[in-house]
Amino acid sequence: MTVWQIIILASIAVLALKLAGYLVPPALLQRPTPSRIADLLTVALLAALIAVQTLGSGQALTVDARIPAVIVAAGLFAIKTPFIVVVLVAALVAAGLRALT
Amino acid sequence: MTSASLAVPATHPDDEAVQQRLAIREGAAVGLATAAYGVSFGALSVAAGLDIWQTSFISIVMFSGGSQFALVGVLAAGGVAAGPAAIASAALLGVRNGIYGMRTAPIIGQGAWKRLAASWITIDESTAVALAQPTPRSRRVGFWVTGLAVFIGWNITTLVGAVIGDALGDTRAYGLDAAAAAAFVGLLWPRLKRMQAVAVAVAAAVVAATLTPILMPGLPVLVAALVAVVVGLFNWLGGSTDTSAASARSGLGP
Repeated sequence: MTVWQIIILASIAVLALKLAGYLVPPALLQRPTPSRIADLLTVALLAALIAVQTLGSGQALTVDARIPAVIVAAGLFAIKTPFIVVVLVAALVAAGLRALT
Repeated sequence: MTSASLAVPATHPDDEAVQQRLAIREGAAVGLATAAYGVSFGALSVAAGLDIWQTSFISIVMFSGGSQFALVGVLAAGGVAAGPAAIASAALLGVRNGIYGMRTAPIIGQGAWKRLAASWITIDESTAVALAQPTPRSRRVGFWVTGLAVFIGWNITTLVGAVIGDALGDTRAYGLDAAAAAAFVGLLWPRLKRMQAVAVAVAAAVVAATLTPILMPGLPVLVAALVAVVVGLFNWLGGSTDTSAASARSGLGP
């Protein structure tokens, strides 16, 4: 697969899911299980992505400057710091630690 | 940022013009706030190896923040070999938009072209602002204003971020890999209000980390998604509340 094929297929999939919501009978929404699973799916995927993005290095697990950066980010989100500020601070923490070590 | 906090209760519930003005103001504010971090998507996407055209294509056509960050995150870890897993991760994170569409369809009304355009901009923000409005007309106005404001802002800032990321070169030295992790934390944080969600998040993170040395890049994230299916199916640790509206309100990113 090329990068273009991957992003086109992924974009079509996400767009089709959006459209599907307008095509299915609204009765499906009355059942709590599908919306609960969709909701938890988002949580599980984001949490898994955090773990891989923080610890993963190819197929190895590594401990490096990303861990303190993510902990700082979580602390800042907890005190309602704006998204863009937190992302910048996390980058600065990791870059700073790498420059020092 | 939760857009619900921006929903100002109207002082004159009967005054339709006031309601519409409030909906427009709220939509524009949400659009501005969301646009600010399109910069981080653009920079991270280029850091993952995509070019500026590919990065902008994703923000225009896919237009769903969580799915976009997931796609470039998995590609950054596994390259094109992880393509199928990257597509699956993006699609699974897009499932909630389908649920939103079921809620916003009655607000939009009939008409194939109108519904096609509406579905394109059906995301956390547009759904949340629309559902927070008190009257049918202000809901419709809130949906379109928010969706269009986020769409325009998000795509402009994506391009800015991609150009910046392109100029940076060695992105690891600038801590962009840590910024990607922090971005996921920001998307997850507002969703951790209930015990069930916290438990699923912890379990999914442990599963993904444990499987990383064993499976090829991208797959650990997909296997971790099964945690949500199992917990959601049996509703472990859960109440009986309907969660999709709350989910839309706590959303971050298009």
